[in-house]
Amino acid sequence: MLSRVADSIYWMNRQIERAENVARATETTLDLALEGTVDPGRLWNALICAFGDQAGFAARHGAADQSRVFEFLAFDAGNPNSIDRCLQAARENARTIRDLISSAMWEEINKCYLMVRAAAEAHDRRGNQREFLDEVKRASQLITGVTDATMSHGEAWHFARMGRLVERADKTSRVLDVEHFFGPVAVDGRDAVQWSAVLESASALEMYRKQYGAVSRRNVAEFLVLDRHFPRAMHFCLIKGEESLLAVTGGTKGSYSTPAEQRLGRLRAELDYAHIDEILAGDGGLHDWIDGFQTDLNATSDAIHATFFATPPGG
Amino acid sequence: MDLRAYRTDGFWDELFDEDLRARPGAEQLVRRLAGFSHGELAARQRAADKALLTMGITFNVYGHEAGTEKIWPFDIVPRVIDAVEWERIERGLKQRIHALNCFVDDLYHRRRILHDRVVPEWLIDSAKSFRGPCAGLTPPRGVWCHITGTDLVRGGDGVMYVLEDNLRTPSGVSYVLENREVMKRTFPQLFEGQRISPVEDYPEKLLAMLEYVAPSQARDPTVVVLTPGIYNSAYFEHSFLARQMGVELVQGSDLVVVDRVVHMRTTRGLERVDVIYRRIDDDFLDPRVFRPDSLVGVPGLMEAYRAGNVALVNAPGTGIADDKAVYAYVPKIIRYYLGEDAILPNVPTWVCGEEAQCAHVVEHLAEMVVKPANESGGYGLVIGPRASAAELAECRARILANPRNFVAQPMVALSRVPTVVGDTLEGRHVDLRPFILYGEEIFVLPGGLTRVALVKGSLVVNSSQGGGSKDTWVVHGPASPAEASSTTGGG
Repeated sequence: MLSRVADSIYWMNRQIERAENVARATETTLDLALEGTVDPGRLWNALICAFGDQAGFAARHGAADQSRVFEFLAFDAGNPNSIDRCLQAARENARTIRDLISSAMWEEINKCYLMVRAAAEAHDRRGNQREFLDEVKRASQLITGVTDATMSHGEAWHFARMGRLVERADKTSRVLDVEHFFGPVAVDGRDAVQWSAVLESASALEMYRKQYGAVSRRNVAEFLVLDRHFPRAMHFCLIKGEESLLAVTGGTKGSYSTPAEQRLGRLRAELDYAHIDEILAGDGGLHDWIDGFQTDLNATSDAIHATFFATPPGG
Repeated sequence: MDLRAYRTDGFWDELFDEDLRARPGAEQLVRRLAGFSHGELAARQRAADKALLTMGITFNVYGHEAGTEKIWPFDIVPRVIDAVEWERIERGLKQRIHALNCFVDDLYHRRRILHDRVVPEWLIDSAKSFRGPCAGLTPPRGVWCHITGTDLVRGGDGVMYVLEDNLRTPSGVSYVLENREVMKRTFPQLFEGQRISPVEDYPEKLLAMLEYVAPSQARDPTVVVLTPGIYNSAYFEHSFLARQMGVELVQGSDLVVVDRVVHMRTTRGLERVDVIYRRIDDDFLDPRVFRPDSLVGVPGLMEAYRAGNVALVNAPGTGIADDKAVYAYVPKIIRYYLGEDAILPNVPTWVCGEEAQCAHVVEHLAEMVVKPANESGGYGLVIGPRASAAELAECRARILANPRNFVAQPMVALSRVPTVVGDTLEGRHVDLRPFILYGEEIFVLPGGLTRVALVKGSLVVNSSQGGGSKDTWVVHGPASPAEASSTTGGG
């Protein structure tokens, strides 16, 4: 397929997945704020930090509070990762590949975009925050479902899935890292509240409970980093992402012929053999390990770009 | 709904005669409309508008901020053409395209028609759209005008005239298909028991034509659609056609010419391209041959074309037959190459490049419609009877400064079709753009695009200037008495 087109479908899916993750984390933070056990300023600040937009936020809005953070993450045209901007970019990408994606996919993306635009242009946004975030999540999941059900699972679909999974692995790692910005709150069992919220932010609470029962920091980290079967776990994202990558290149697991295969294979293999207690006990603990993971994941995405999207020289 | 209140106001109406009786082909549609309950028309129109918004059927408007997409307004009352009349229109269009293809081929080779003084040589030599670099070239299979969208209008006399030939990159066919789709979604009962010519096979016919004109050495030809990009006014159509045909939609930057062969850049390296359905004007195709500042073209494309390694659709240079001054000579062109009279008449046209005709135009400016010879989309049009004295003076000055660049026609009282206004129907002016494919044989898509001027009294139907569109039905009468009784059963 055309390099430009592969690039567009990869990024279109990253953008939609990004919007969904921003919506989910914001929703969880709204929940935590309602419980009133922690200082809301710290709470909202941690969300901004975890998503890596602290400087941009501070410059545009100053101190973090609910309405400013919500505005910044949902609608701020100056925030390239706001839900509104993500959907605009995703739709623009979808337009350039209208010939490639199914009409059903296009219609769902277009509907989601129109919904977000209408919300962005509405005057009173306070009352419907939760409803809005819910709609964004639902739309993203619908788009994923429609993609799987109406698009041939060929090369383009694999690029779509790679985009989604790379983005998701990154966002799950950020949700898990919230602790670093929030600080420990291990008083009176409050710890469990915080880690339950982390699980909620990754839609992981129910599946976690089936596997572990009680909520603890160690087990939450193990589930979100190393689980092979939970679709938002970082390890799962890499395993499935690599499957799609190999489907595109025709390569086999355990060897590589492109920079993308080398990078992604190595990162996946690291998680194959990782142990959570080693990660937690390492120098700098969980935060530093996550930092390293994010750096490697960025390098992987760069390698995918260099392997498939960068224009080969012409005559 | 009470249709007795409907007024034709002295115009030719496509659904009703002057006594408000349904015209041939429209009987059943009119019966159904009359059976509508209060509010139903408006409700259906809203449903159609919503479907269009969801489907994202849009066009871009130039001159507004970049990337402003608009929904192209769609009116749910179809325009009906009786199959008997359509058969004649179809023959007329085939005749016209056949002759124009002969004409273009002749102009780039022996120029017989100029030597025989049927068409004046100065007219061709002064035409912006004549492409010197195409002289001596013969495109694959000898086809120049693969895709044509001819604009037809019906006057107050009920006669269908050819208003313009669009042989460069005519657009609108995607709306023909989408309009039919929207009608079926929102108004299925209107179709019941009627025999309406299908339009859905256009993409297949288009692909078959594109594969037919591939360079002879290409066994399993790779076809692409070349678009200037998402900010082009017809981008929706480019992607629509690529998707419907299942071929790649490429931009200039996706293509590269290596050793006079066109390739596209893919995730697996370079892949050969054999046929390019280009939706880019000649001027921008190849910066090495035409405009050097083109960013949407492909350097080296014309060299690959000249070497016979790629087919370009429509062939570069075809635009000469699109010139509105050349249009005036088409009836003579048909007679010259085919020895036949034109089946579809032209609207009488004065060519300002001819001194005597120019004098007539300048004298009667207030009664005429003046058009630049080389623009499309209704840009630069001056409607004499509706222009102010100042506008007329300015128009006169422009004509006298460059007479070659203008033609003038009497104002045609365009026919009307009932159109939804609130919950009632009012007549609005329409034109018709059928689409013609020239491949192994000439194919005319039944019906075409009916554009409607939604503003009351307006004659400008262009999408860029407040026009909308309608579904267009070629309706067949009952084939036999038995069928007649079964088709009226549901009404």
